[in-house]
Amino acid sequence: MTLSTAKPAAEFRALTRAAVPPAVATAARVLGRRVAQAAGVVLLVSTACFAIVQSLPGDIAFRIAAGRYGYDQVTAASANIVRAELGLDRSVWIQLVDWLSGLASFDLGNSLVTGASVAGELGLHISSSLQLAAAALVLALSVGTTVGALAAARPGGLLDRLTTVWVSAARALPPFLLGLVLILLFSVHLGMLPAAGHGEANNIVLPAATLAVGLSGLFARVTRDAVAQIRQSDYVRFAATKGLGGWLVFLRHVCRNTGVTLIAYVGVQVLVLIEGVVVVESLFAWPGLGHALVHAIFWRDIPMIQAAALALALMVVAMNTIVDLATAAVDPRPRHKEAVL
Amino acid sequence: MGWHRWRVAGASAVALLMIAGCGGAGNDVPAAKKPLKVVGQFEFHSLDPSTAGGVFTRLQVAETLVDADVRGAPKPGLAETWAASADGLSWTFTLRPGALFHDGTAVTADVAAAVLNSAQGKAGTPLATVPLKAISADGSSVRVDLTEPFAPLPAVLAHTSTQILAPSSYGPDHAVTQVVGSGPYKVAHIQQPADIELAAFEGWRGEKPAISEVTYQAVGRAESRALMAESGQSDVTFGMDPTSLQKIKQSRNLDIVDVTLPRTILLKANAGHEILGDVQVRRAISLALDRESMATALLRDPEMAATQLFPPSLPDWHQASATPLEHDQTAAKDLLAAAGWLPGSDGILERGGKKFTVSLRTFPDRPELPILATAIQAKLKELGIALEVKVGNSSEIPAGHQDGSLELALFSRNYALVPDALVTLAGDFAPEGGDYGPMGWNDPALTSALHVLASGNDAGQAAESRRKVTEILQTQLPVIPVAWYRQSAVVNTRVEGLVLDPLERSWRLSDLTWKK
Repeated sequence: MTLSTAKPAAEFRALTRAAVPPAVATAARVLGRRVAQAAGVVLLVSTACFAIVQSLPGDIAFRIAAGRYGYDQVTAASANIVRAELGLDRSVWIQLVDWLSGLASFDLGNSLVTGASVAGELGLHISSSLQLAAAALVLALSVGTTVGALAAARPGGLLDRLTTVWVSAARALPPFLLGLVLILLFSVHLGMLPAAGHGEANNIVLPAATLAVGLSGLFARVTRDAVAQIRQSDYVRFAATKGLGGWLVFLRHVCRNTGVTLIAYVGVQVLVLIEGVVVVESLFAWPGLGHALVHAIFWRDIPMIQAAALALALMVVAMNTIVDLATAAVDPRPRHKEAVL
Repeated sequence: MGWHRWRVAGASAVALLMIAGCGGAGNDVPAAKKPLKVVGQFEFHSLDPSTAGGVFTRLQVAETLVDADVRGAPKPGLAETWAASADGLSWTFTLRPGALFHDGTAVTADVAAAVLNSAQGKAGTPLATVPLKAISADGSSVRVDLTEPFAPLPAVLAHTSTQILAPSSYGPDHAVTQVVGSGPYKVAHIQQPADIELAAFEGWRGEKPAISEVTYQAVGRAESRALMAESGQSDVTFGMDPTSLQKIKQSRNLDIVDVTLPRTILLKANAGHEILGDVQVRRAISLALDRESMATALLRDPEMAATQLFPPSLPDWHQASATPLEHDQTAAKDLLAAAGWLPGSDGILERGGKKFTVSLRTFPDRPELPILATAIQAKLKELGIALEVKVGNSSEIPAGHQDGSLELALFSRNYALVPDALVTLAGDFAPEGGDYGPMGWNDPALTSALHVLASGNDAGQAAESRRKVTEILQTQLPVIPVAWYRQSAVVNTRVEGLVLDPLERSWRLSDLTWKK
């Protein structure tokens, strides 16, 4: 009886395993790895943020009182009330354990300055930052890959040389300075776009362009090198030899293989993008995560600092996950290899 | 052929992006059809009057029982009249009849009393420092009973933390969930922490605002605000920095409106310190400060060099006849020598084998403070004083005052936190000192003068009491004035009628008109 039930179950498991397509298995493996990584990041970033804030100079209760009432109206009495109200006189270990246990139950707590739910406040900031980062990425990829592909058509040609200059100039300009230049040009002199702020559709153009310029140069360079190299490859020459049209060769072989290189590179550059977002949001008064983080640090709003830093860290993990999944989808070689093995 | 199509497609995409990006900037829309765009530095992370920083009174959404004129004198707000009992222990504020909240409900004494009772329980508000016994409704009046006379009570009830909001503003746990005030503008849409849209309130009892729609946007960086003004994106821009103003002065489309604020940058000296406790040393430090050069070079405004603690924007307290604080390096050296401080082998002053080394704490919330601290450091070095500048955060000053570790501190102090400066001064110059006032110093004559003013029993001697206060501060220098402040706003020439309020309670947007 026991044998008769155990055998079909084992066969079923074997069949199920065999039925899982390699693409799904790869995706599941990537997701599993990244979820474990995310848990580690949450623990590490939370603890590090807490330790850093505790080591900053100045009395936290005074800073929070200044955030609430303005520093003109901060006195020792109001700071003491804040300290007692928020339990800042408890041991730092108890405060850290409190935060971590809240985090374990997906409770980010309340802002020490405004008293509002951190999750609620963070929602707006995250969506704003994602909107800005996505717009910048789309713009950078559109311009960068187009210019890169065109430059690869004639390696060493005029456009190729101009692309090299573009890459150097775009990377040499810090986002803050570039943002100012763009505002001066498009807002002050040409009057075409709003200088700062948000709420209207065209408010996003200049901050997204500021972030995109630096990235687009790099994407152009990577695209150019990848396209030029792939165009010289044996399989592209073979595809042309067997009679495939130029446009189809470009789409089926050049584009797809360039994509593998480019997707991996996008993952690396997201770190640069997130770093730039913090600076650019401040210049353009864009109410994103960077903006929230700067204010929270200024006010020593510990739950807000931890949550904003966590969000930034998890965005990196999420982006790396997306890159892994996209690479696996575009490039079938690793999963086929695993399936064979 | 493939490459040709690719090039065309790429060029088209770029062109589309440009068109999409550049379209609808809005500058070609006739000005009168647009809402008035106001940009300022104040964010609002809470709607609660005690922590919203007064943005809703500036925008004329909410009102207080008492208003104030540009000199700081109380004038009717939601209360039409007020009076104190003969013993000064009971005040009655009679409400203006017919006042409505933006939700159409009446402003009643019951509502006002409940709001004030809530405000007095909040830490950090001036009402919490008043010797209150009870606040209650008495027919159409709000009655305030005190435990001791407190003459500046009307000024406290003009503070923005006492703004009267409708009951519908509060959620179930008495948290402010929306701002329903009674001013000429009502909130149409709000997005914390930076955006507010306003519409004129039809039920406003006074003159209807000429501009019916206003948007306010908080922008943190002064450079960004200046660029928004220059590009024509904002109609009225507050919180301008001196460097940007120099450039904006050259623009034909922008006007600059300014007013001197009742705010002073000052050095707080620990008079309980073994070096700084000597009044001759404090006078020498004051004489060493080249205030005019600092104001010219760093604040770009020579008139802001402080010659006494109270600026001309506090007309009741500023004493035109006071002997001005001056820069005299020779006199400073003589004073220090008289106090026994003589140059050592390394040029640093010494007395009894002890070097003249002190530290100064300041903070960068106001960007001019660290650079002023550096200038002060340079001037004191010429005297042989080794000054260590510590740029930290604002909290270190009250914290250092409390634990006694503070030596010198540089900060700015607003003496019109409530319209009557007496309230702030009574706290700062209390006998035991104040976090933003003297440290280790008190003068019975000054305490007495302030007490007499606060009690209201000055028998017509208020002006003399204030003169005495200035004289004592000018000679004893427990705090050393450095510079005054000027607030500037940039106004696009398509707007007319902006007059700045030195108390920063209101931006008076309802007085503005579009240029014909």
